[in-house]
Amino acid sequence: MSTAGYLSLTESDREAMLDAIGVDSIDALFEQIPEGVRLGRALDVPEALPEAALVRHLEGLAGRNSDTSRELSFLGMGIYDHYVPAIADTFLSRGEFLTAYTPYQPEMSQGVLQAIFEYQTAICELTGMDVSNASGYDGATVAADACFIARHHTGRTKVVLAETLNPQVRQVVKTYAPGFGMEVVEVPHSGGTTDPGALAAASHDAAAVIFQQPNAFGCLEPAPDLAAAAAEAGALPVAHVDLASLGLLEAPGNYGCAMAIGEGQSIGNYQSYGGPHYGFLAARNQFIRRMPGRIVGETTDLEGKRGFVLTLQTREQHIRREKATSNMTTNQTLLALAGLITLCWLGPEGLRELGETCTALAAYAKERIGLPVAFERPHFKEVAFRTPIPARDVVARAREHGVHPGYALGRDYPGLDDVLLVAVTERRTPADVDRLAEVLAEVTG
Amino acid sequence: MELIYEKSQPGRRAGRVPSYDLPVPEVPAELRREAPPRLPEVPENEIVRHFTALADRNFGIDTGFYPLGSCTMKYNPRVNERVVGLPGFRDLHPLQEDEGAQGALELMWELEQILAEVAGLPAVTLQPAAGSQGELTGLMLMRAAFADRGEPGRNVIITADTAHGTNPASVTMAGFELEKVATTDRGNLDLEDLRAKVDDRTAGLMLTNPSTLGLFDEGIQQVAEIFHSRGALLYYDGANLNAVVGRSRPGDMGFDIVHYNLHKTFSQPHGGGGPGGGPVAVRAEIEPFLPAPAVVREGDAFRLDHDRPKSIGRVRGFAGPFGVFVRSYAFMRAYGPALKDMSDVAVLNANYLLAQLKDVYDLPYDRLCMHEFVLSARSAKREHGVTALDVAKRLMDHGIHPPTIYFPLVVPEALMIEPTETETKERLDEFVDAMRSIAAEAASEPETLKAAPLTRPVRRLDEVKAAKEPVVRHAFDTPTAAARIEAG
Repeated sequence: MSTAGYLSLTESDREAMLDAIGVDSIDALFEQIPEGVRLGRALDVPEALPEAALVRHLEGLAGRNSDTSRELSFLGMGIYDHYVPAIADTFLSRGEFLTAYTPYQPEMSQGVLQAIFEYQTAICELTGMDVSNASGYDGATVAADACFIARHHTGRTKVVLAETLNPQVRQVVKTYAPGFGMEVVEVPHSGGTTDPGALAAASHDAAAVIFQQPNAFGCLEPAPDLAAAAAEAGALPVAHVDLASLGLLEAPGNYGCAMAIGEGQSIGNYQSYGGPHYGFLAARNQFIRRMPGRIVGETTDLEGKRGFVLTLQTREQHIRREKATSNMTTNQTLLALAGLITLCWLGPEGLRELGETCTALAAYAKERIGLPVAFERPHFKEVAFRTPIPARDVVARAREHGVHPGYALGRDYPGLDDVLLVAVTERRTPADVDRLAEVLAEVTG
Repeated sequence: MELIYEKSQPGRRAGRVPSYDLPVPEVPAELRREAPPRLPEVPENEIVRHFTALADRNFGIDTGFYPLGSCTMKYNPRVNERVVGLPGFRDLHPLQEDEGAQGALELMWELEQILAEVAGLPAVTLQPAAGSQGELTGLMLMRAAFADRGEPGRNVIITADTAHGTNPASVTMAGFELEKVATTDRGNLDLEDLRAKVDDRTAGLMLTNPSTLGLFDEGIQQVAEIFHSRGALLYYDGANLNAVVGRSRPGDMGFDIVHYNLHKTFSQPHGGGGPGGGPVAVRAEIEPFLPAPAVVREGDAFRLDHDRPKSIGRVRGFAGPFGVFVRSYAFMRAYGPALKDMSDVAVLNANYLLAQLKDVYDLPYDRLCMHEFVLSARSAKREHGVTALDVAKRLMDHGIHPPTIYFPLVVPEALMIEPTETETKERLDEFVDAMRSIAAEAASEPETLKAAPLTRPVRRLDEVKAAKEPVVRHAFDTPTAAARIEAG
């Protein structure tokens, strides 16, 4: 037997165990596999690497990426370079959290169960909702989950998406919709935000209306008016929000939304080339029995002591099977734990300060960057600028100066090829913005 | 213990955010938050103590033996955590231009090659976020393939009565109808039942092989023939792939679409519930329908290809859970072709436990098993009133995580045990001793089992109460002194 990998048996263990089973070889254990479907040769995969060589190999691959520690980056569009506090790393590496399974056995899992309960509480507080699940896969799939809830709650089959909802989120909803028997209608933006009248007109007979605050262009939508327009048409208003904005911006539950969803990455997760992160989904109490995924509830033990369990499991696939509210099993608990720890670390003051620093830097960027702002609207942490040459070319040229200036919106929005979306976070400084302004002046001048 | 919210005192704080002395623009009044969220106000020292106390009240593979059937709770190598934290991976933005992400794309491409070889199928998408999303993706691929073939009427998916709950739930979410097929008393699919049910409305089969009983379906070639001869497809639920890596490949068994659970077979840590990774492999004919974007190699360069006109679309943001790919790729490279030994030892360990326990618990399917097996506490229940739940709870007092219980549904009082390949013989023997001592205790002092666990931070919890009067968030009422004492 090879010495590669992470196996723990000695040669004599193996012999003793085969004896106890009553077979003479490991091959005998595999005789239940019909001969015609046995592989019968070694796997054709790269040779094993000892740990030191493995690390060197992966350092080589990592070294070929332009991460934000090497390139001054203003990329956003859904994933942001916010600061992750040291204590989030500390607890994500604790084996009791890292190497545990879903808490099916509550007496073994009070730690993660309580943490999820605290996470659900934090998400409800931020969004102004009554119930949150333990997490969804990401900010895109939770939008599909919201459609599934709305489909079954309203009996209607149409979902309306604002065009200023993140393009990847819209693409995922479109992938899921046929299976739900739903059609998708999109409402174009008007000057960078969604017109409540246009949204109202499209919302007739819709199960749900999903809009984003701040939207994909970084602009603040007239969110209360959008929610009202949806509700007027009998559709469930769903806000896709950025947790990092909710110290400053009103909670969706306080302006009439039925559900609040979003990508949690901006609070507690690294960019990690797109994942894993956590999606959050929170709703009003009336939807509690239609929620997808895990939910933790409070209860008591035999002695009356407080404890926590997975609850309302009759919604879930392992009980309800084809009648379940979702097929979700694995979720993103560890990433949500990082989110909870980060929110505890920030506290209410820190979250507000985070929002203020972002808006202040965005305003500073508007002032310093010598390009016209594409959409004259209030901004949060992203600002779209018109570029005199295609934005993609601006990106390519700026990168030669060691600056990634942002996202070329034309990659998703035909007709906006000359728009560059610049994102700031508290990890950028005014000097960084000055540098960006200088490089943009040079490459567009 | 107290919630972090119950430790909050106004005016305390941990983190500080840079402010840069810039003017802060006013948020329009109608959009501005009125009341601040009631996040905890706690100094960093107390946050650390709080989460340390929570960690102490949790049990992971690092704590002890965790034979949770169907979940493949193997050791999670720490080098994988080190490499996933390299700045070039950790701090890489997903919308970085392809030429700025060559290392990440190469890693994904290499991972796809290894996965393809393991499954015996040529094309892989890494996008799905977990096994259940892989299932849903697979079903969407079937729908797209049949629509493309001009057979949109194929609307029925067949699953086994031993299937994971995710299979029927995915069938509903993908808009298909469900039909179930029975299992024979040897634990194989009932071929007669299948022949009667597969027709020109059948889109395909979803099957776990080895099954959730831990048994390889001995008739798998005939099963494949039944479906393929009627133009239907076979989907492989890879939850139990840890049994057969390097021994048998789903593609060679006749499956057309396969998902892998990177968090099971390839050691992405489960994280208390996630994250996972659920890549999907397919036959060449189905490749055009895979989600976009796809990783493409052109000479020595790699890029994300978004131009895939027949694709079902995107099932998740960006190109998938990249950090999971880094860990699983590192895991595979630590084994190389010895991935076969991984499965060999997983199967050896399971059969060893089976041999040591089958005289003290019921064994509904008396065969050699694969990587897991299912015992039943039926006799203990009949004779002593001791259930599978009682056995599970008592194992906790031995410092062992219980097996999966009451699944699969076809076995009453089921105890589904999966030791994985990374345990020592001493750990396996400790488990055997614990299970045998519990079986003896069931006869001699069943009350002790009913009262278990006795050594955990809480006793048995009232799950009925939790579901009847759901309390799913903290209420922020000032707790009374009595409640504080009770909360401990």
